[in-house]
Amino acid sequence: MAGLYKSEYKNPVVNWIDTRLPIFTMMGREYGTFPTPKNFNYFWNFGALAMITLAIMLATGIFLAMNYQPNTQMAFDSVERIMRDVNYGWLMRYVHMNGASMFFAVVYIHIFRGLYYGSYKYPRELLWMIGVVLLLLMMATAFMGYVLPWGQMSYWAATVITNLFSALPWVGHAVVTWLWGGFSVENPTLNRFYSLHYLLPFLIVGVAFLHVWALHITGSNNPLGIEPKGPQDTLPFHPYYTIKDSVGLCVYLIVFAILVFFAPNYLGHPDNYIPANPLATPAEIVPEWYFLPYYAILRSVPNKLGGVTLMFGSLLVLFVLPWLDTSPVRSCRFRPIYRQVIWLLVVAVIVLGFVGSHRPEGIWVVLGRVCTAYYFLHFLVILPVLGKLEKPLPLPESISRPVLPGGGGPIPSAATAKPMEKP
Amino acid sequence: MAEVAAAQTVAQHGQPPIVSKRDFLKLLTGSGAIIGTGALVWPFIDYMNPSKDVLALSSVEVDLTPIPAGQGITVSWRGKPVFVRHRTPEEVKKSQDTRVSDLLDPAPDSARVKPGHAPWVVVIGICTHLGCIPLGNKPTDPRGDYGGWFCPCHGSQYDTAGRVRRGPAPANLELPTYAFESDTKVKIG
Ligand code: HEM
Ligand code: FES
Repeated sequence: MAGLYKSEYKNPVVNWIDTRLPIFTMMGREYGTFPTPKNFNYFWNFGALAMITLAIMLATGIFLAMNYQPNTQMAFDSVERIMRDVNYGWLMRYVHMNGASMFFAVVYIHIFRGLYYGSYKYPRELLWMIGVVLLLLMMATAFMGYVLPWGQMSYWAATVITNLFSALPWVGHAVVTWLWGGFSVENPTLNRFYSLHYLLPFLIVGVAFLHVWALHITGSNNPLGIEPKGPQDTLPFHPYYTIKDSVGLCVYLIVFAILVFFAPNYLGHPDNYIPANPLATPAEIVPEWYFLPYYAILRSVPNKLGGVTLMFGSLLVLFVLPWLDTSPVRSCRFRPIYRQVIWLLVVAVIVLGFVGSHRPEGIWVVLGRVCTAYYFLHFLVILPVLGKLEKPLPLPESISRPVLPGGGGPIPSAATAKPMEKP
Repeated sequence: MAEVAAAQTVAQHGQPPIVSKRDFLKLLTGSGAIIGTGALVWPFIDYMNPSKDVLALSSVEVDLTPIPAGQGITVSWRGKPVFVRHRTPEEVKKSQDTRVSDLLDPAPDSARVKPGHAPWVVVIGICTHLGCIPLGNKPTDPRGDYGGWFCPCHGSQYDTAGRVRRGPAPANLELPTYAFESDTKVKIG
């Protein structure tokens, strides 16, 4: 009887299960009473929105897979059959297709939240890095999913992206042949992409679980970027944040629905409704909007290996961000200079997005290079140096102090002594 | 209204009101969420029903001229076997004379054929017991004691109108929707 757990649930069935597998206690602790900073703004909704989008992608994807044929002879027609003949097939596919866009939109805002409020700093470095892994997995999944309908854009995206690896010195061509399972993008390529497109989302589920686990060890950051000093600074997750997340979810689903029902092909490229033709590349070849900035970085370097390196570098730099930022203050609210510089980064990334959607000619080449340079300057130079030079504004003593009359009660003295947590 | 009701409740029981505004809001939100989720579930369920192209393939035409009296053929309709049996005049007579009250699943012969086409029996060739395909289209097949079909799996027997005469099958062979396009052609489905 060593391991039986003393459950506090009154309901006998719940108690019986909980005693043997304390899953109710765990859910209650992690999502019910979990102490959460009381000053969240709506930026803190986006993690929950990403989770829900992942669930939507899994549900619609599994149903699409019931009618999709991963064979170059049949793939395109099977997707058209889903659109025309299968009951609600159009809905499944449009939700899945636009769900990918919504997913990236949500995750990009989620990342921006982390950047703005310094959520990647001690003690949340690993949480942040797991997040970067999630981003990479999402990108791989979305890329391979985009290949499946086997339209012109699918085919040429597959060709271009796999060919990135040919930039590797010595082994490049062998690697590309290995990725293809042949000498061009062909049926074996489509088959393995389908297999992986089915697998990776489940890896994402697993890694997202680690992400949340790590979050529940460190606790959430908050718009002030200071740790809660005690119960007066937190609220139980339920009902306060379940309700706040629900409000955000309603708004999110409205936006999602408008996209699906009124502009389902707005974000896509019409050429993907032309079946793949290995003998003719479309005149305009652009990736989906969420890949445009990386694509612009790739093209801004007139050297194959250089472009590929910078493109992957632009993502990998995020892994070391916690050590590049030398400022002990988390939230931009108290960093007068960084608060402005971060918007330059946002502008640079958005401009890169536009650059990626235009042919690399004239002004677009220049803009692409300037913004790429700024992107790396921001992370590799500005962040390390600014942390040393900038004089932060004074931090409030606690989350409650500036808002509540009397500061929400006395603060334990140990906490007041050290308002900045960076050791 | 609510206040009156609440006041009465207090008067009667000496307790605070049982239904509060918060309860109302909770019910409203909860039912909204349930209805919304239900509406989302339906497309997923219907997605797995036969699609339009499957439904479109769901009729076949059968030419009756090559089928001699006393024999039947099997055609595939929606992936299922359909028996088209040409009965001899004796078989028709025997079947028509059978007393309905003697049957396990009572149905007169006239309900098993189309008016004016008594020799032709069109039934779905799936045993109503557990789904095997009964034998009996060819004269050399075992046809059971009633001259119709015999199911090799658990021995159910059907007469020439496809009516079950001996178990374990519980019901007559099912009739597909079909119509005579001419005297020598039927359209199934
Ligand atoms: C991480 C979540 C996922 C992302 C980001 C994602 C992304 C994508 C994208 C961008 C497409 C191309 C849409 C188009 O142009 O038609 C696609 C197609 C597809 N996906 Fe996913 N997907 C995810 C999860 C899943 C899952 C879990 C499954 C099933 C196991 C799945 C099955 C499919 C199928 C069968 C297609 C081809 C049909 C089509 O093109 O509509 N996906 N996916
Ligand atoms: S399946 Fe025909 S008798 Fe059992």
